[in-house]
Amino acid sequence: MTTITVAEDASAVTTRKSVPPKGSRSSTTTALLMLLPAAVLLITFLLVPIGLTFGLAFTNARLISPRPAEFVGVDNFVRLFDDETFWKSLRNTIIFAAVIVPVQSACALGLALLVNVKMRGVNFFRTVYFLPVVTSMVVVSMLWLFMYQKNGLINQVLLKFGIAGPDWLGDPKTALIAIILMSAWQAMGFHMVIWLSGLQTIPGDLYEAAELDGAGTWQKFRYVTWPGLRQTRTFILITITISAFALFTQVNIMTQGGPLDSTSTLVLMAVRTGFQQQQTGYASAISLAFFVLVLAVTLVQRYYTRDKDVA
Amino acid sequence: MSTATTPGLGADHLAHVAESATPAVHRGGEERHGIRRALGVLVRIALCLVFGLPLVFMFVSSFKPDLQIFSDLGNIKAFLPVGDISFENYSGVFGRVPFAQFMMNSVIITVVTVVLGIVVNSMAAFALARIGFKGGGIVLGVILATLIVPFETLALPLLWWSNKLPFLGPDGFTEGWLDTYQVQIIPFIANAFSIFLFYQYFDSIPKELDEAAKVDGAGWFRIYRSIVMPLSGPAVATVAILTFLPMWNQYLWPLMAVQSEELRPVMVGIDYFKQLNTSWGQIMAYASIITAPVLVLFVAFQRAFINSIASSGVKG
Repeated sequence: MTTITVAEDASAVTTRKSVPPKGSRSSTTTALLMLLPAAVLLITFLLVPIGLTFGLAFTNARLISPRPAEFVGVDNFVRLFDDETFWKSLRNTIIFAAVIVPVQSACALGLALLVNVKMRGVNFFRTVYFLPVVTSMVVVSMLWLFMYQKNGLINQVLLKFGIAGPDWLGDPKTALIAIILMSAWQAMGFHMVIWLSGLQTIPGDLYEAAELDGAGTWQKFRYVTWPGLRQTRTFILITITISAFALFTQVNIMTQGGPLDSTSTLVLMAVRTGFQQQQTGYASAISLAFFVLVLAVTLVQRYYTRDKDVA
Repeated sequence: MSTATTPGLGADHLAHVAESATPAVHRGGEERHGIRRALGVLVRIALCLVFGLPLVFMFVSSFKPDLQIFSDLGNIKAFLPVGDISFENYSGVFGRVPFAQFMMNSVIITVVTVVLGIVVNSMAAFALARIGFKGGGIVLGVILATLIVPFETLALPLLWWSNKLPFLGPDGFTEGWLDTYQVQIIPFIANAFSIFLFYQYFDSIPKELDEAAKVDGAGWFRIYRSIVMPLSGPAVATVAILTFLPMWNQYLWPLMAVQSEELRPVMVGIDYFKQLNTSWGQIMAYASIITAPVLVLFVAFQRAFINSIASSGVKG
């Protein structure tokens, strides 16, 4: 009984001196009850799988198998480091992220600046730029698969400008670029809106003050807009990076990782081994490698963006 | 993280993102003004074509026979509903896949997840933001920390795990969730990001309301149901939209977790068209009808859509 009272007192302090309501003997109990469904679900479908990613990576678990999984030590990782497809997938994933993160965030910022003005029809422009975002990646992939064909829409348009387009998805040299282009096209509107919300937190009088000081468009951007977007920048950087590393749908639909593994990615590889070949243990090792990569890059990004805060 | 403790950065703060604009962005020299303005409009229109035309092409092609789609590719007719226009591709789609079944599955999965997600996540956020308890801060910290984990890293272990889970259904106890409705719904109900969005919003509602209600004898659950939730329309809309979009568009998970045709959602259905004798007209028709519901909702609730995406960026 005493411990409950203590907990209650503590909670009363932490919740800004709110008194437990009449009729309820303990607001902590109510709080825990209301938290319970989410807690059970998050533990079962988020925390346990996170733990399993680590655990299963060191076993020979199979998706459907009568035998229980056995501990195999670092066998999966030894195999992984010898696997040529893994290195190619890792390379593609990193290239994809390294290109799409700056390109997509910069272009999205450009779009945001273009629609962050008072002019007729600006809402229409915003809506159109945003349309690909509400279109599912599955649909976008099928559409671009068609447009990227050798005699497809894109090459026909290029032909009008006298350019002979490549066999976009059929050529190992252009396949990844093609995927990057269509991915940026699909997601740009999403980040445009986030940049836009960041732009609108910058007080208008800062711009007026800058103008009084004789600042031009570029200087206003450099000294007012850019510093004002610090938080938004960090957020966009991290979210684009995480989703870039998770690249799967596009390649699964458009190229299945081909030609010659030139578009294979870590997630695609994990799905192939874990689902099609049912090797859950090995797939978990790939997932773990993927997770470590995401974690490392995010921490590095956090560190650097935080460092700039101080300077 | 830092904004989690900053009150007032909730969805309401961004409520006018969809229409307002920072003033004084476009003030340059008087003479160059006109030319720059015209150039600016041209750039914006060109970009409209870049983002809009592929979708126009998709919808227009869905009404054309394959031969005409290809012959129109080289000219402007590719984007115009001219020539041999018919619903042939659509009836082809209905003949090829159990479309009504796929659609119903997607609707069930999406609606149930959205509704239960709103209830479960808002209750959890209410407990954390307004009731509070010892250790609540740690719970919130753990929830926020999981935001960095992409679903894709968990998909394969989760697949294995789902195959081991017991379920009490109409047939009594069964083992293994693969190939069911629940495997497409239950793992996605509780969502760390939704809890965070609700938390942020609830935190910005004045606490005096709770005190007043308590004086009137209301319990915490009453306060949640009759005071806080009715005031949280924007947060509910945001969570609903941010749950709806990924659920409707889900591909990776149902591809792996569901094998039976009668349980598949619409997105996985597209794989049927890639198999034997590809008809691009039919693919475009299928792509168009599974996109149409989202587009209709988007156009109807445009502001809410844009604001929900905008508020998702406030987490920093």
